[in-house]
Amino acid sequence: MNKLPLIIKREYLTRVKKRSFILTTLLMPLGIAAFYLIVALMVMYQSDESFNIAVLDRGEILENFEQDSIGNIALIRASQDLVTLKDNMEALKYDGILEVPALESAYDKKLTVFFYSEDSPSLEVQERLRSWMKDHITTYKTQRLELDSVKLAALKTRVAFDPKPIDESEEDTSSTMSSVIAAGIASVLTMIMLLIITIYGNMVMQGVMEEKTNRIVEVMISSVRPFQLMLGKITGIGLVGLTQLAIWAILIPLVTMIVGAVMGLSGAEMPAANMPANTEDMAEGMEMVQQVLVELQNQNWALMIPSFFIFFLAGYFMYAALFAAIGSAIGDDLSESQALTLPITIPIILASYITFFVVIRAPDSSLAVWSSLFPLFSPLVMPARMAFEPPIWQVLLSLVLLIGTCIFLVWLAGRIYRVGILLYGKKYNFMQMMRWVFYNN
Amino acid sequence: MHPILRLDEVVKTYEQHTAVDHVSFEVPKGKIFGLLGPNGAGKTSLIRIITTITRADSGKVYLDGEELNSSHPMQIGYMPEERGLYKKMKVGELLLYLAQLKGMSYQEALQALRGWFTKFDIKEWWTKRVDELSKGMQQKIQFIATVVHRPKLLILDEPFSGLDPVNTNLIKDEIYQLSQEGTNIIFSTHRMEQVEEICEQIALIHQGKKILEGSVTDIKNTYKDNLFRINYTGELGSPLDSSFRLLEQKAGSLDVQLQPGQSANTLLQHVLGQGVQVQSFNEILPSLNEIFIKTVN
Repeated sequence: MNKLPLIIKREYLTRVKKRSFILTTLLMPLGIAAFYLIVALMVMYQSDESFNIAVLDRGEILENFEQDSIGNIALIRASQDLVTLKDNMEALKYDGILEVPALESAYDKKLTVFFYSEDSPSLEVQERLRSWMKDHITTYKTQRLELDSVKLAALKTRVAFDPKPIDESEEDTSSTMSSVIAAGIASVLTMIMLLIITIYGNMVMQGVMEEKTNRIVEVMISSVRPFQLMLGKITGIGLVGLTQLAIWAILIPLVTMIVGAVMGLSGAEMPAANMPANTEDMAEGMEMVQQVLVELQNQNWALMIPSFFIFFLAGYFMYAALFAAIGSAIGDDLSESQALTLPITIPIILASYITFFVVIRAPDSSLAVWSSLFPLFSPLVMPARMAFEPPIWQVLLSLVLLIGTCIFLVWLAGRIYRVGILLYGKKYNFMQMMRWVFYNN
Repeated sequence: MHPILRLDEVVKTYEQHTAVDHVSFEVPKGKIFGLLGPNGAGKTSLIRIITTITRADSGKVYLDGEELNSSHPMQIGYMPEERGLYKKMKVGELLLYLAQLKGMSYQEALQALRGWFTKFDIKEWWTKRVDELSKGMQQKIQFIATVVHRPKLLILDEPFSGLDPVNTNLIKDEIYQLSQEGTNIIFSTHRMEQVEEICEQIALIHQGKKILEGSVTDIKNTYKDNLFRINYTGELGSPLDSSFRLLEQKAGSLDVQLQPGQSANTLLQHVLGQGVQVQSFNEILPSLNEIFIKTVN
């Protein structure tokens, strides 16, 4: 009779029903929402503050300027002199005075403007004033040098970069954004994998230790085979992980959207400075968004999602089984776990680093290729490389190697586990654990 | 009729250490069987083989005439010495789970468990968490978990360790009752005096080897020294006849060892002829503890 479903069910339900699980699963999206809310509120808060600035145009650079506004800053041409202005700042309701000296010649490459105020201006205000000045100086110089502004504008050229395949029969899917998007997808996939394997691998280990410490394990294995118990635990906890991921996959976008909508209502007077300043930038921005969307659609999701899932499963089972084997050898001594789990955590962390620092920048470099084939690394590296469309034979080879290694390591872990769970009161090292593999139980 | 359990030359070795060394014995049906031996004698190793937790290196084990196979754990109830429960689970859920793992359906398990909860009068524990129960209460739950699937063979490894006298008696009564209802019981312990009280048949294990097997009465008769104790009132008129070997004489009490050819009756007649009032006349049988020490030496 197959008792695996019963074991899986218990391992799953006891964890999913735990208050701590429910709390973290729900609080995480709420935490993200709160974070968004706070960031949005901070942006809104800044925009509330308004500035009145008197501009003293001593160099007569600012032609056709009487008053202007940049976001929350109102600029007014002042006719008084600096001393009068300074003395009557409050009466005139000015928050600051911008003094613009003369340019010595149109060829001057530097101009220092002076700003007088009670409190020194924020970086944002400084930045806005500087760019406002720059635009005006450009206009001023264009006139002084008798240049044609249409011709000047023609000098500006945006260069887009579009990689093309050499073989014309190949479908051209890549564009400027493709590698950026791929890098983004790769990082996210590796991050998810890293979190799942370490968090839920440790949960498996603690579950095994708990059974050993509670002394229930001998009762259990008088009914079921140790291997069934181990497999049931790993599967049950894996399902807990998937449940949490699924809930987050729904809740996080939902909550983010709700926050976005709520903020959007009052976002009508969102600070203009947060938008691209001129129409040209705006166009560029729109184009970028468009490209991102196109790129996301261009990704081979039909291949990527199932392969990610297989890499995820094999990777999780492989590492969780190793964590279970370690758990069986530790028993109640938690402090021992550090030394014994290190050999498992090192490849996980190494593989993530390889993804974050090598694969994303050079997905076809030899280090990236080899580590996406090496079974201890491949669950973390290959899904990331998939975003860069590696040769299909590499994906398949990597899968075959990983599944083979996974089966071997799960078997190996099972051999260690069945001996380890029945031994009490001693700590064991790797040599001893390897001997257990060959025990005739 | 098959014995419920038969072991045939069972061997189990761990690295350099031989835990079970060519052990053979039979457990007859319908009896409470004692598996005896000091700590580290190999009892637990032996039980783990019977419960299919581990496999023997060589030798055969037969349960009710069939060689041990993977369907047998369902027919065995095992309460290990190292025992425990999932502390965070509700008592009812845990017992249902364990019963189902022993092959019962949910409904069967529910019904059987309700019976036990009524019997022990612990219905209100059903929704409690295991770690809310006292140690003694947890032992009761452990016992129910062991027997709920009505096993053919019940193996109890040191069942009374950690139990107070009240709970010891409660479990003891249950053991007797299950035995009367036809459950075959193996009772493993290093406490010899418990075995004398409960078991009819024993096997004695020492350093992995079986050194004694048989019914408690037979074993005691084999190892008896023909010792008799006579309690009396009055004065012995003359010393005991020199053909009787007098071991100890205290006021009103004589310990005598019969010599070959002498019977208890001749001793009693001789003492009665001395003109005393005999109050009791008992054979002194060796305790299992004494027998154990004797055989080991």
